[in-house]
Amino acid sequence: MTKSYLSIRDLNASIHRGPPLLRGVSLDVAQGEVRCLVGESGAGKSMIGKAVLGILPRAVVVTGGEIWLDGENLLAMPPAKRRKTIGAKAAMIPQDPLTALNPSHRVGPQITDRLVDILGWTRADADARAVELLGEVHIPEAERVLKMYPHELSGGMRQRILIASAFAAEPKLIIADEPTTALDVTVQKQILRLIAEMQRRHGTALLFVTHDLGVVSKVGNHLTVLFAGKVVEDASMREFFASPVHPYSRSLLAATPKYTDPTGSLNPVPQAVIDETMAEVAAYDREHGHG
Amino acid sequence: MAVTLLGAAIVVFVVIRVVPGNPIVMMLPPNATQVDIDRLSALYGLDKSIFEQFVIWLGGVLKGDFGTSISLRQPVLDLALGRLPATLELSLMALLFAVLIGGVLALTGTRRRQTRTEGAIDIVNGISLSVPDFLWGLLLILLFGVLWPVFHISGRVTPSLDLNFSTNFLLIESLLRLRLDVTGDLLAHMFMPALALSIPLAAVLSQLLKQSLKETLHLDYVTLSRTKGYSENHVILKEALRNAILPTLTLIGVQFTFLIGGTVIIERLFSYEGLGNMAIDAVINRDLPLIQGIVILFALIFTIVNLAVDMTYALLNPRLRHA
Amino acid sequence: MLDGRSQVKRRIGARLWLSGGWLALLVLLAIFAPFLAPKDPLAQDLFTSRLPPFWEKGAEAGYWLGSDSLGRDVLSRIIYGSRVALSVALVAGLLTCLIGSALGLIAGYFRGWADLLISRLIDIWMAFPPVLFSILLIAVLGTGLESIIIAIVVIDWTRFARVVRAEAMTQGAMDYVDSARVAGSTRLRTMLTEILPNVLPTIGALLTLEMGIAVIVEAILSFVNLSLSTDYPTWGGMIAEGRISVHQAWWVLVFPLVALFLTVLSFSQLGEGLKDRFDPVLR
Repeated sequence: MTKSYLSIRDLNASIHRGPPLLRGVSLDVAQGEVRCLVGESGAGKSMIGKAVLGILPRAVVVTGGEIWLDGENLLAMPPAKRRKTIGAKAAMIPQDPLTALNPSHRVGPQITDRLVDILGWTRADADARAVELLGEVHIPEAERVLKMYPHELSGGMRQRILIASAFAAEPKLIIADEPTTALDVTVQKQILRLIAEMQRRHGTALLFVTHDLGVVSKVGNHLTVLFAGKVVEDASMREFFASPVHPYSRSLLAATPKYTDPTGSLNPVPQAVIDETMAEVAAYDREHGHG
Repeated sequence: MAVTLLGAAIVVFVVIRVVPGNPIVMMLPPNATQVDIDRLSALYGLDKSIFEQFVIWLGGVLKGDFGTSISLRQPVLDLALGRLPATLELSLMALLFAVLIGGVLALTGTRRRQTRTEGAIDIVNGISLSVPDFLWGLLLILLFGVLWPVFHISGRVTPSLDLNFSTNFLLIESLLRLRLDVTGDLLAHMFMPALALSIPLAAVLSQLLKQSLKETLHLDYVTLSRTKGYSENHVILKEALRNAILPTLTLIGVQFTFLIGGTVIIERLFSYEGLGNMAIDAVINRDLPLIQGIVILFALIFTIVNLAVDMTYALLNPRLRHA
Repeated sequence: MLDGRSQVKRRIGARLWLSGGWLALLVLLAIFAPFLAPKDPLAQDLFTSRLPPFWEKGAEAGYWLGSDSLGRDVLSRIIYGSRVALSVALVAGLLTCLIGSALGLIAGYFRGWADLLISRLIDIWMAFPPVLFSILLIAVLGTGLESIIIAIVVIDWTRFARVVRAEAMTQGAMDYVDSARVAGSTRLRTMLTEILPNVLPTIGALLTLEMGIAVIVEAILSFVNLSLSTDYPTWGGMIAEGRISVHQAWWVLVFPLVALFLTVLSFSQLGEGLKDRFDPVLR
């Protein structure tokens, strides 16, 4: 726990008076490390990120567990302190660059706002930092771009702005929620490479949420596989791709189309495996009083 | 826009000439001879055909001459422009009230959404929407004119006050000349009629803005802002409000014209010396030129308001500004 | 989430009951006025003028809500006044609804020059302050119940026309209309049998709203002495008189005002409640 910057312990969450969404999730992200969080749509991966950042939808409640960020339990804090802590120490790279920027504000302030309002920087320092960051994300003519409105920029440019904004306050933890899903295929690779580059340069702990195993192999050190809100596998990248332990993970790996075998048939996850894993989930529910 | 104004002019022109009752006859003493009546009719051009009268009138209007009032014996334009500032000040004050009240209710309802406070605000809105300004005016007269006589329920300004102003924009001038005693007196007179006018608009605004805000709060950029450490209040005011206001604006424009229309009866109710009050008298006195002039003036105001709303919308929406 | 839905349903129920209840009471009062009113609404008596309501000092038996400056019983006048209010509401409301909706349907479905003409008319109409327009029309038509009804229809048809036109345009663009046309229905038939039923809920809600507005218009016209040509009691007329003597006899203003308030509120809440009740989403 001392080595991990982010440590989630036995996190449980459910829809208010409804079914459980997260079932005893535990994972760690160490300083400077990249952990990928993998699973199908609806597996709950985004929920974990949202729980950490304190932006769960109103209908979802945390019913148990701890979230330790830099040695403090976020869930045990009063709301105002929690907000400030997250704002200072963590950041998010969102999924859709077309909706994640405020259309009525210029992009410059959307990078510097946190620095000035929450961290108390001077406007001059913040603006200089913004120019610096735009250089890091390879956007030319920084001064000019910072004065633009989001609708004047392409999707790829906007995602770079969002990445710059995420790294602005030198957070120790960044949660990237499927940051390439909404982009064109040609742009995806660039952005992925950029995120990896920034992470290495700043030494930030990165929790990378994705459903795409191809993406995982390019960025991650460690991997957590999620099924129906339950962790089914937790391994290092090498271990996982060499020989995954859980049958679901194995099927997932097998299902990924291989660049080296373009004519091979697609192998969806077999129903038997799904049933087996569902049974594990049901068993968990019974144990914890949900079944 | 010009077509609409022209159409309005035609409609009024035709309608009031179907009015039974000869204004000339009403003006003269009972023992007036037919010769007198004819002479006066010719003076006011009422002996010509409707078409001719319209053309003459239109020609005059384009030169800035709206004719002469039959009942008040003065140029219509002077009379109308004389009363216009009073009505404008009243309408704008009402608009201000509506924006303040509606805005506060919308923001509070959003901040406390899904609590009993929001429920109460919804009920208040519902009632305010169903009841027209006329009834609110009467209610206010009862409450603050009779029960707790705090405000004046009649007139625009206390007659005994010594006024030597150059325009009839009394409120604005009193502020500029620092005659704050006059300002206070004016406000005490204007408060209730303006409030009555504002209530229906405040309700519409409050409902719409709250709805818009609640929808905006679900958007991605708002969620992202929360992760930066901003409080709920900041998120609502700085991130959501600017975008949530846009759809509300166009509706405000239309509703504001309704508000201005409401000044006619509210001014009557509070004996406020404005354009609307004069208009009612004009109709009762069958004062054709005056009626025409005032109606066209109202139509013009409505058109200008709609234009202003369009411009404001373009200004606030960055996407339109660069288009 | 399930709670929210049932909460809304509960609120609709109360709203419908209260508004429907008041309106039903009014209808009863209007119909059975001669039997329910304690006194003759037109009987003047200077000895009984300005009597306060029954719970105040100086009240007289039989004048439950007090009397006005001419000694007429306030309660009886309110009861008889409901006749005027309701007849205006019903007749003017329905006529405005019919004419406005018809024009709106034609404009919205047939488009073309009909739409051009009607839309232009609506624009011109919207340039007039409604109150002024109504006063003007009454000056033209003379006072009296029919004039009031005509005035309301002439002024307020745009309210229906605009909304129905928009609805008809939206509906007209939908697939089921094309299907009907392909199946051989004429344009008129299509408009009546396919589009109209889908526009009805909107029209229904507007109708009750219009009824409330009609009551208000009559009251405003009474207020400026342009309503009925006779002495017949109207709530607006009572309010006008009450306004003058408000410091000496507040009850002459208050009670008809309350009646007016409740009636207008009930009409619009009835409309809202019905609209919600028949909203397929909430069902």
